[in-house]
Amino acid sequence: MTTTESAPGESGTLPPGRPPGRRGAVSTLVARSAERIALPVVWVAIIVLFGVLRPDTFLTAGNFSAMFSSQTSLLVLALALTIPLTAGDYDLSVGSVASLSAMLIGILNVQLGVPVVWAVLVALAVATLIGVANAVLSIAVGVDTLIVTLGMGTFVQGIVSWTGNDSTVTGISAELVRVVVQARFLGIPVEFWYGIVLCAVLFYVMEFTPLGRRLLIVGRGREVARLSGVRVRLVRGGALVSSAFLAGLAGVLIAGTSGAADQTSAPLLLLPAFAAAFLGATTIMPGRFNSWGVLVAVLFLVTGITGLQQLGARPFVQNLFYGAALIVAVVLSFAVRSRRRKAA
Amino acid sequence: MAGRMSTSDGSTPLLRLDGVWKRFGGEVALGGADLAVAPGEIHGLLGANGSGKSTLIKVLAGFHDVDSGTLEVHGRPVPLPLSPGQPAALGLRFVHQDLGLVPSLSVLENYLLPQLATSRGRASVGWRHARARLREVLARYELDLDPRATVADLRPVDRALLAIVRALEGVGTTSDPGRGQLVVLDEPTVFLPRNEVDRLFSLVRRVASTGSSVVFVSHDLDEVREITDRVTVLRNGRRALTGVTADLGHDQLVAAIVGADLDVAASYRAAERSAGTTALRVEGLSAGLADQVSFTAGTGEVVGFTGLLGSGYEDAVRALAGALDVRAGTVTLDDGPARELRSWSPRAATDHGIVLVPGDRLTEGIVGDLPVTDNLTMVNLRHYLAGPWLDRRAMRAAATTLVERYDVRPPDPRLLVGQLSGGNQQKVVLAKWIQTRPRVLLLHEPTQGVDIGARQQIYAAVRAAAGGCVVLCASSDHDQLAQLCDRVLILHRGRIGAELHGSALTKARITEECLRSGKEGSTR
Repeated sequence: MTTTESAPGESGTLPPGRPPGRRGAVSTLVARSAERIALPVVWVAIIVLFGVLRPDTFLTAGNFSAMFSSQTSLLVLALALTIPLTAGDYDLSVGSVASLSAMLIGILNVQLGVPVVWAVLVALAVATLIGVANAVLSIAVGVDTLIVTLGMGTFVQGIVSWTGNDSTVTGISAELVRVVVQARFLGIPVEFWYGIVLCAVLFYVMEFTPLGRRLLIVGRGREVARLSGVRVRLVRGGALVSSAFLAGLAGVLIAGTSGAADQTSAPLLLLPAFAAAFLGATTIMPGRFNSWGVLVAVLFLVTGITGLQQLGARPFVQNLFYGAALIVAVVLSFAVRSRRRKAA
Repeated sequence: MAGRMSTSDGSTPLLRLDGVWKRFGGEVALGGADLAVAPGEIHGLLGANGSGKSTLIKVLAGFHDVDSGTLEVHGRPVPLPLSPGQPAALGLRFVHQDLGLVPSLSVLENYLLPQLATSRGRASVGWRHARARLREVLARYELDLDPRATVADLRPVDRALLAIVRALEGVGTTSDPGRGQLVVLDEPTVFLPRNEVDRLFSLVRRVASTGSSVVFVSHDLDEVREITDRVTVLRNGRRALTGVTADLGHDQLVAAIVGADLDVAASYRAAERSAGTTALRVEGLSAGLADQVSFTAGTGEVVGFTGLLGSGYEDAVRALAGALDVRAGTVTLDDGPARELRSWSPRAATDHGIVLVPGDRLTEGIVGDLPVTDNLTMVNLRHYLAGPWLDRRAMRAAATTLVERYDVRPPDPRLLVGQLSGGNQQKVVLAKWIQTRPRVLLLHEPTQGVDIGARQQIYAAVRAAAGGCVVLCASSDHDQLAQLCDRVLILHRGRIGAELHGSALTKARITEECLRSGKEGSTR
């Protein structure tokens, strides 16, 4: 509590300047809406581009259905991250927590014969408990969240390897697979719609509840929040517990999508999830971690990669694309904003 | 005047500034100030806030250009302004009150910091050699410090001593080896316990005995009279007095600092408001530098808290908001029970209607990159709930009303608070808290960084709010206290040393009481 950490993803507070005049206000408004919709526009543009280049494979219902649904676990992980990020904290353990959640479902359901519903509930409960541990260590004890969650993530990944005997557990109940991917709505696997519902819920919580406002104020001005009577520690701890719970949910989706739990796929999602969270913060509500922005970011990333792969690109293009997209978007967003600030 | 500026024994002054003018915008910071310091002399520099002391020091340090004026060092003219690095080459050294040490590094690393920051073409640090050299230096000054100790673990006085030794020895040699240097100590004692000040003084005397000069900037007249050979008092950007310290009495110094003319300008107070029933009672409050502070205040009263830097006046007020840890004390509101302040928190304070308008606006008062609406509504989000959701339209409407009532310009609650001017930001902070109808409104430097126009509006808002609550105002702006307050408590070394009210409540009297040492007790 004694050190003031700067909130991640934020370029510092604005220097006090003159307010924009009327003409400035109009151009500011234009610039702001342009910034808001830039990423969705680019997304549509690359759909058109790949559609023209590969009309027979890219522009098919099956391809779109796959693109929309295949990265739902990434979407959920990125949404999980937006909560502590908004409060000004990092959670580097979400990847491992998702991994543990999937592995627990596998072991409980396949090896121990526990009904899948109970396996899922246990997995979510364990994930939440890890969030509580993160919260206690970082907020009650006062260690930086970056360090606590890094350690916790590594530790949990060790548990996953240990319990899973370094191998993949296959044969998870078809029931779970059915309610995650096999059931479809409007031709798209239901997990995509779960993601949409989660986006909506998070959006409303963030924007239209006192809790969401407090989360934002804690992230942007921790001392202001404290002196205004906000229970800062409770809010920050709650954010870490929520992100762990959502990471557990991402693990459920991973287990349900493939019917198996492996060692590596979930931890590998950690950095892409951060990329999606920060990329999402450049659009829809620029400057804030927001769930619709994250959705657009994930869809943009998966569309770009699918298209490139259909053009014959090899797998490494995924990292190139994620990395480049994030850097370009954040640099552009920063440039737009500092120009606007100067204009103001 | 300038012709008489040679030192008492007629030798060439080590440093001599003449007729220095410096304006900031339209305001005159220095209006022909001069200063002459003899070799081997400890020279006190005194003056009230805004007298031009710090501007003068910044001119010497090369931070400020001047409009006119001359500088001589060792009798040789040096053109102003000084370029970066030039003060050091001339043998001018500065130890500021914050000391410029990095607490998490060792004594040795801190000692080497200025060299490390500028060393060119040196690839490695010879630690063993450097440590041995520092040991020699410390021994020469008779200081018992371990070069490997972490600065954060040192006692405050040892940190100050290290900073002084570093200023003298750690910066490299001057272009005039063998000639004395000049060290400016800018309020070095404010955060030191009384019994440790002596160690600092013996170091200062040792420095002076080697032929170097010391400019000792302080508000503490007792210390100045104890340590300095001569003293210069600045007032309104000019030299008001220079003399041999031993010939000057306490009252002569106070008169020079305050200026006799100011006594006439006693602010007119229509009628002493009779404080109603006691609404706030604080007993034995110890927090930060404040030590066993007790007082009462009534609804409708504006009570000022002031004192010298380090007297703890702001801690006494901020502690009531839960902004810092409290060692002891209780607070009683109206007829309620006495509440222990040791377990106090901002949450507890706001729950009891005690709210703080902090001095450090940008980190404690407002969130600069959130809109005005969010900043105004953060303290009573509950009011805007419609079912489970916040009614954003109602929040905007409430913010618009407040923005108009407090004349925040431009009157658009969608603007980011960081885009507003300092005065308008402060109006937002005031509006944010006054709308909650507090029982106790705490102000800390309420017009810091606020333009003059907005200042009067802020005073008006505070007075209007005072109708329904107690207002405590911690401020170092004595003019402001005289205008705003019904009563002013003056703290000396953590304790209430004097109380001014009624016709005694003038800017000059407040300054005078601040300078009077605590042991003389109350004025009445």
